Amino acid sequence: MSRNPLRDPNDRRLPAVAGPCGMVIFGVTGDLARKKLMPAVYDLANRGLLPPGFSLVGFARRDWEDQDFAQVVHDAVKEHARTEFREEVWDQLAEGVRFVPGNFDDDEAFDRLRQTIHELDELRGTRGNHAFYLSIPPRFFGDVIGKLKKHGLAEERPGTWRRVVIEKPFGHDLASARELNDVLSEVFPAESVFRIDHYLGKETVQNILAMRFANMMFEPLWNSNYVDHVQITMAEDIGIGGRAGYYDGIGAARDVIQNHLLQLLALTAMEEPTSFDARSLRIEKLKVLESVTLPRRLDRATARGQYAAGWAGGVKVPGYHEEPDIPADSRTETYAALRLEVDNRRWSGVPFYLRTGKRLGRRVTEVAIQFKRAPHLPFRREATETLGANALVVRVQPDEGVTLRFGSKVPGTHMEIRDVNMDFAYGGSFTEASPEAYERLILDVLLGEPPLFPRHEEVEQSWRILDPVMEHWAERGKPELYPAGTWGPASSDAMLARDGRAWRRP
Amino acid sequence: MSILEDTDAAAVAAAFVDARRAAGSPAMDMVMTMVIVVPEDVAEDALHAARDASKEHPSRRLGVILGSKRGPSRIDADIKAGSGTTGERALMRLTGEVVEHPESVVLPLLLPDSPVVVWWPTAAPEDPASDPLGRLGSRRITDAAQAPRARSKALLTQCHSYAPGNTDLAWTRITPWRALLATAMDDVEEKVRAISVSAEHVSPSADLLGAWLTDRLKAPVTRKRSRGPGITEVVLTTRSGDIRVSRKDGRLATLSVPGQPDRPVALRRRGIVELLTEELRRLDPDDVYAATVRRLRRDAARSQGAG
Ligand SMILES: NC(=O)c1ccc[n+]([C@@H]2O[C@H](COP(=O)([O-])OP(=O)(O)OC[C@H]3O[C@@H](n4cnc5c(N)ncnc54)[C@H](OP(=O)(O)O)[C@@H]3O)[C@@H](O)[C@H]2O)c1
Repeated sequence: MSRNPLRDPNDRRLPAVAGPCGMVIFGVTGDLARKKLMPAVYDLANRGLLPPGFSLVGFARRDWEDQDFAQVVHDAVKEHARTEFREEVWDQLAEGVRFVPGNFDDDEAFDRLRQTIHELDELRGTRGNHAFYLSIPPRFFGDVIGKLKKHGLAEERPGTWRRVVIEKPFGHDLASARELNDVLSEVFPAESVFRIDHYLGKETVQNILAMRFANMMFEPLWNSNYVDHVQITMAEDIGIGGRAGYYDGIGAARDVIQNHLLQLLALTAMEEPTSFDARSLRIEKLKVLESVTLPRRLDRATARGQYAAGWAGGVKVPGYHEEPDIPADSRTETYAALRLEVDNRRWSGVPFYLRTGKRLGRRVTEVAIQFKRAPHLPFRREATETLGANALVVRVQPDEGVTLRFGSKVPGTHMEIRDVNMDFAYGGSFTEASPEAYERLILDVLLGEPPLFPRHEEVEQSWRILDPVMEHWAERGKPELYPAGTWGPASSDAMLARDGRAWRRP
Repeated sequence: MSILEDTDAAAVAAAFVDARRAAGSPAMDMVMTMVIVVPEDVAEDALHAARDASKEHPSRRLGVILGSKRGPSRIDADIKAGSGTTGERALMRLTGEVVEHPESVVLPLLLPDSPVVVWWPTAAPEDPASDPLGRLGSRRITDAAQAPRARSKALLTQCHSYAPGNTDLAWTRITPWRALLATAMDDVEEKVRAISVSAEHVSPSADLLGAWLTDRLKAPVTRKRSRGPGITEVVLTTRSGDIRVSRKDGRLATLSVPGQPDRPVALRRRGIVELLTEELRRLDPDDVYAATVRRLRRDAARSQGAG
């Protein structure tokens, strides 16, 4: 393609707008599609980031016409979009909305889908570029992918692209992750498969990289000489809600540690990439994940729990077993914690503690770097009695930002030193430039920019790490109960206490 | 809010610290100082816009109203900080001799190390970079479309005194047009032979858009008059037909490209908060704007020579 004279790398006002394309969403009646995907598409259009002629095709087992689906999109957008609803943006989008009714095993429906896409190429100028978003239960991935192949929907003609987007979970263990990948890779090349981990679309996650590699003052401390240990937490205050079908049998470790927490660990622990392109980032993430090892005694380095009825934030809430559709004997853990080590020169001897759970004290995700104590304190012992260790906390959500915790003299006459917090929060979260993670990710899919998407090798590594833990737990009966609204089971606190440490209260 | 009468910069600075302390968070997470030089009647609106833009870029906002030079020298200030706003603000009214030395009031109130942006929401100095307040900033923002006098000349005046770090909101307003035209041109292999830009009679944005297009595409531009609102049409003529963006209602445009279906594109005229937010995102000089300004200046000189 010849160079477009209106484009100039120095012109930093011009946003990256995706080239002509469309998106097909499978499972448009689902929660994710209504609450996140369709609103994100609108928000992107409102910010002027979608190409003119962008088209949105819905696929579901409903007897709908295009207009019925347009109404569904309209309602979803009105209710859930982040940016203001504007008629003209809607007019732009609505013209490209199509619906294809059908089941996942219905050849006729996929043939109609092929025709629809073809028509859009003619009528809307989408030029054969289409992304297929599988917002459906993972057990149907195989069916849909198979049909896409059979009906020639996955074929890229020269100068066009076809991409597929899948949501976690990426399998439930190493073997099933490989199976899933076999299905995908038979039809789509690796660079056309986008695995969504919406956590990686968050500003702060990218900010970890900016903080580490754009500054002079953190990186020299970022190693076992100064760091005592690292705590990575993702806590939710809610229970499983109505998602028993999805959650039961999966549990906290597979749902959160396998993807989000291990990705956070990778970004925190990895070496500096040679550049910020997708490939260099992936190489470093993969390298550090390969260095992650589990302790030998899993009984002493892991903890799990299940929430029992209790009071959470002033509200009486049911326990896991009382949630609708949860079998009385379910052993699914709603809390999981483990200690990992990173066997390389930088991190040797520095434990990484990961924990996640539902119905915990409050909703928070953070990465806390806990530093060692100063080797010598030239103060009287009483002066530093309340002094803890320094900490650097990257707050991922809510209230994204960075906290630095260090000792400072208490004002007054005595020499007394106490911990203080220095907080940074960059701007409000309601602004245009701080988009919902799905906006960022969908745009990246359409632009074909994969730096934020985990590749299959990373998924495999994370199951390699997690599988032994899951097997260990499977042989060990029931998880320990913890009252809803607290910070998890006692065994988890004991696990840190054995190492002479304690969980932060985030 | 605290009101300080007949005050000075040190008292204003102390009031900022007090207000923050009262709100329980003495830490500052502000990333820049914004100086807003504004007449009394639009001061509140301008400070509100700056506050909203501040959600993305927490800032200390210093409104400066330059009053009459007559009478005794006096500064009155009202200050808001801490609760319910991001960053903090002071609106300062200067009268008497101090009006000649506003930089002496503002200088002690600049945040340490952080960048300074000076914004003139309506009337701007002829040469912002050598203005006493403008000199304090690394970024200077004017708005030719809001100039109270000689509006048709205001942009050219700014172009003549361009210095790195200057921008005019007329330029910010056309970012969506430029983005759309650039996208439309992504698939066009042919050379553009002629350009036309239609807009209402006085439209600094249309002048800049024309200058940018002719500078980038190396083709002559014709400026056409329409009834607005704002810019209504841009046509890029190639051998195989016209690439056309037309917007009659200031909201929804139609994009036409030869060999492709016509498509509607939302192309709304944006409000001041969005414009400011875009401006504050980059605090280094805008090279593309510089090139466009140079082009506009050259073409204006040429047409004057011809006419
Ligand atoms: N929601 C979340 O917060 C979340 C978080 C992480 C990952 N995910 C993943 O995101 C994807 C979608 O999640 P979701 O919560 O939106 O799921 P959901 O509410 O259960 O929706 C699934 C969609 O699949 C359709 N579907 C299910 N079985 C079908 C069948 N046999 N034939 C045709 N259509 C069928 C449903 O259509 P009907 O209405 O016709 O049943 C529905 O539109 C899943 O892969 C999930 O694992 C979701």
